[in-house]
Amino acid sequence: MKMIDAPPSGPVPYEREFALKLLTDMLRIRRMEEKSAELYGEGKIRGFLHLYIGEEAVAVGALHALESQDNLVATYREHGHALVRGVTMEAIMAEMYGKQEGCSRGRGGSMHLFDARTRLFGGNAIVGGGLPLAVGLALADKMQGVQRVTACFFGEGAVAEGAFHESMNLAALWRLPVLFCCENNLYAMGTAIERSESQTDLCAKAASYDMPALRADGQDIVSVHETTQRAQREVRRGRGPFFVEYRTYRFRAHSMFDAELYRDKREVEEWKTRGPLHTFSARLKAEGKLTEEEFLALDREVGSEVDRAVAFAEAGTWEPVEDLTNDLYTPPEMEGT
Amino acid sequence: MSRLSYREGMRQALREALSGDPRVFLMGEDVGRYGGTYAVTKGLLEEFGPERVRDTPLSELAFVGAGVGAALGGMRPIVEVMTVNFSLLALDQIVNNAALYHHMSGGQFSVPLVIRMATGAGRQVAAQHSHSFENWYASIPGIKVLAPGTVEDARDMLAPALADPDPVVIFEHAQLYNIEADVPEVRNTDIRSAAVRREGTMVSLITYGGSLPKTLQAATQLAEEGVDAEVVDLRVLRPLDMATVLASVRKCRRAVVVDEGWRTGSLAAEIIARIAEEAFYDLDAPPTRVCTEEVPIPYAKHLEEAALPQLDEIVAAAKALLGR
Repeated sequence: MKMIDAPPSGPVPYEREFALKLLTDMLRIRRMEEKSAELYGEGKIRGFLHLYIGEEAVAVGALHALESQDNLVATYREHGHALVRGVTMEAIMAEMYGKQEGCSRGRGGSMHLFDARTRLFGGNAIVGGGLPLAVGLALADKMQGVQRVTACFFGEGAVAEGAFHESMNLAALWRLPVLFCCENNLYAMGTAIERSESQTDLCAKAASYDMPALRADGQDIVSVHETTQRAQREVRRGRGPFFVEYRTYRFRAHSMFDAELYRDKREVEEWKTRGPLHTFSARLKAEGKLTEEEFLALDREVGSEVDRAVAFAEAGTWEPVEDLTNDLYTPPEMEGT
Repeated sequence: MSRLSYREGMRQALREALSGDPRVFLMGEDVGRYGGTYAVTKGLLEEFGPERVRDTPLSELAFVGAGVGAALGGMRPIVEVMTVNFSLLALDQIVNNAALYHHMSGGQFSVPLVIRMATGAGRQVAAQHSHSFENWYASIPGIKVLAPGTVEDARDMLAPALADPDPVVIFEHAQLYNIEADVPEVRNTDIRSAAVRREGTMVSLITYGGSLPKTLQAATQLAEEGVDAEVVDLRVLRPLDMATVLASVRKCRRAVVVDEGWRTGSLAAEIIARIAEEAFYDLDAPPTRVCTEEVPIPYAKHLEEAALPQLDEIVAAAKALLGR
C-alpha cells in the first residue's frame, strides 16, 4: 500500500461567506449522493449509479473558479458537477428516477445529465468521449470570437484512450480555450493507474503536447480552487489549453455493482482521513469561521433540500410511451436555435 | 443547363455554403493545402482561408468529435472524413455523440453537423480502402444518411443537409467523382425522397450511390432485350423513402436491389424485408439482390471485379425474375 499525504491543512484564504458556500456545495453533493445510494437500494433509481463521494472538492473548487457562461463537459460521474453548476437537485433527482421532470426528461438517467441553460453538455458515459466534443465547443467559441472557457472533466482512465491524445494535440495545435480537468482517483474502475499507464505522471503527458499543466490536491478544496483559478486565467487570456490533474480518491465503489476486490480496505480508510468535507470544515472551525452548531444547521438545510428533491422526484411523472420517438430529430419549430 | 462533373458539383456546393453562411467551415485531412484527396476542395483554402478550410491531423476521432462540439457551439461544420474506411476510427463520436445527443438530452441539444466521406470499391485499392458501410450508418436513429448518385445531387444535397438541424452523413462514391452531366440551374433541395431515374413496368431495380450508373446501364441493356426496367435511386438512405420504393415494386411486381455492401445485413436486406412485409401479395416473384461477394475486396483487378456487383449480374437477376 502506498503512503498517502497528510490531510489538507493550513489557512483558508477566503471570506467566510465564500468558504461556507464551498462547504455547502460539497455537503449538498455528499448528502444528495448518500440519499441516491439509499434510493438505489430501494429500487427507485436503477441502471448505473456512479457516486462522487470523496471527490467533492474537485467539482466544487474547480467550478467555483469558472464563470457561469463557460461550457462544461462532464463524465458519467457528474451529479456533483451538475449540481454545482446550477442544475437543481430536484431536476437531478427526478432524472435519476427516470421522470420527465428530470433535466434530460428521464431519457439519460444518472450518467447523462444535460442542461442547456447552464451550458452543461452532458454527462458522457464513453470514457474519453467528451474530450473531442470539448475541443469542438472551444473551436466554435474561438471562431465566433466568444470569450469563454470550455471545462472538460474526465478521469485518469481516459488518458489511456486515443481520444485523450488526439484531443490534447488538436486543442494545443489550434490553441483552443479548453481546460482539461483530469480527476485522477487512481483507479479506472478496478484498474490502478500503475497497472494501466507506462507514464503515471499525467502532467508529463500534457508537456508532450506542449501544453502547460498543474497538479492540485483534489482533497483540498483550496488547492483545487487556487490551481483552477490560475489555469483558467491562462486559458481566458487566449494562451491555449491547460491541463490540470486533481489527485483525488473515490470513497465508494465504482458503481453499485462493484465488490471492490481490487483495493485494500485499509487504503480506503486511510484516504478517508483526507476527506474533503471534514478536513475543510475542521480548518474553518480552527479559524473561527464556522462553529459546530453552524455546521449542523447547514447540514439540516441541505438535508431538507434533499428531502424536497426526493419529494419532487416522487411526485414526478413518466413520459408517455407515445412520446418515445419524440426528439429523435429536431422538430421544425426548434430549427435555428 | 451547365456541364459539371460530380466533383465540380460538390465543390460548387461547398463554395456556396462557405460563401453563404459565416458559421459554415470545412475541416478534415488534407482538405486545404493538398486540395482534398479527391480534389473536391481544391481552391477553397485560397478562397476562404485556413480558419474556414482547416487541415486537421490524422485524428478522425478528435476532428469528427470536434465537429460535433462545434455544431453544439453554434457553428455549421462540414467535416470531411477521407473515406468511410477511416470513419471507423471516428465511429464513437458519430454514434455515441452526434446521433444520440438530441434524444438523450431530452431535446435540449441539436447537432447540426454534416459529415462527408468517400465510399466504395472499384479502383484496385484493396481491402482496407474499399468498404461500403452505408448500411451501418443507415441503421442508426438520430442521423440522416444521403448518397448522391448523380451530378445534380452532388451539387444540390449539401445545402439542405447543412440547413438540417441534425447530423447528416453524405456518402460520395469514389467512382462517381469523374462522371459528368448537364445539370439544370434550378436546385433540388429535397433530401427526403427517392427518385425514379428511369421509368419502366416489368422490374424495379432499386439502388443508390455508386451502383446507380451501372444499374442504369443494366436497364438500357435490358430494354434492348425487351425488358422494360424501372430504376429507383434511393438517394436518402435514412430515413428510407419506402413509399417511392413500394409504388415502383407494386407497379412492376418484381424487384432487384443492387447494393455494393456485403450481402449479410446489407441495406438491400432491409429493403427486401420491407418489400416482403408491405408488398408481398403484389409480387410476382421473390425479390432478389445483387450485392458484393462476402470477401475482403482483393487488389487484383479480375478478383475485385468478381467480388463487386457487375452489369451482367444485374441483367441476369432481372431476367431471372421474368423467367428469361
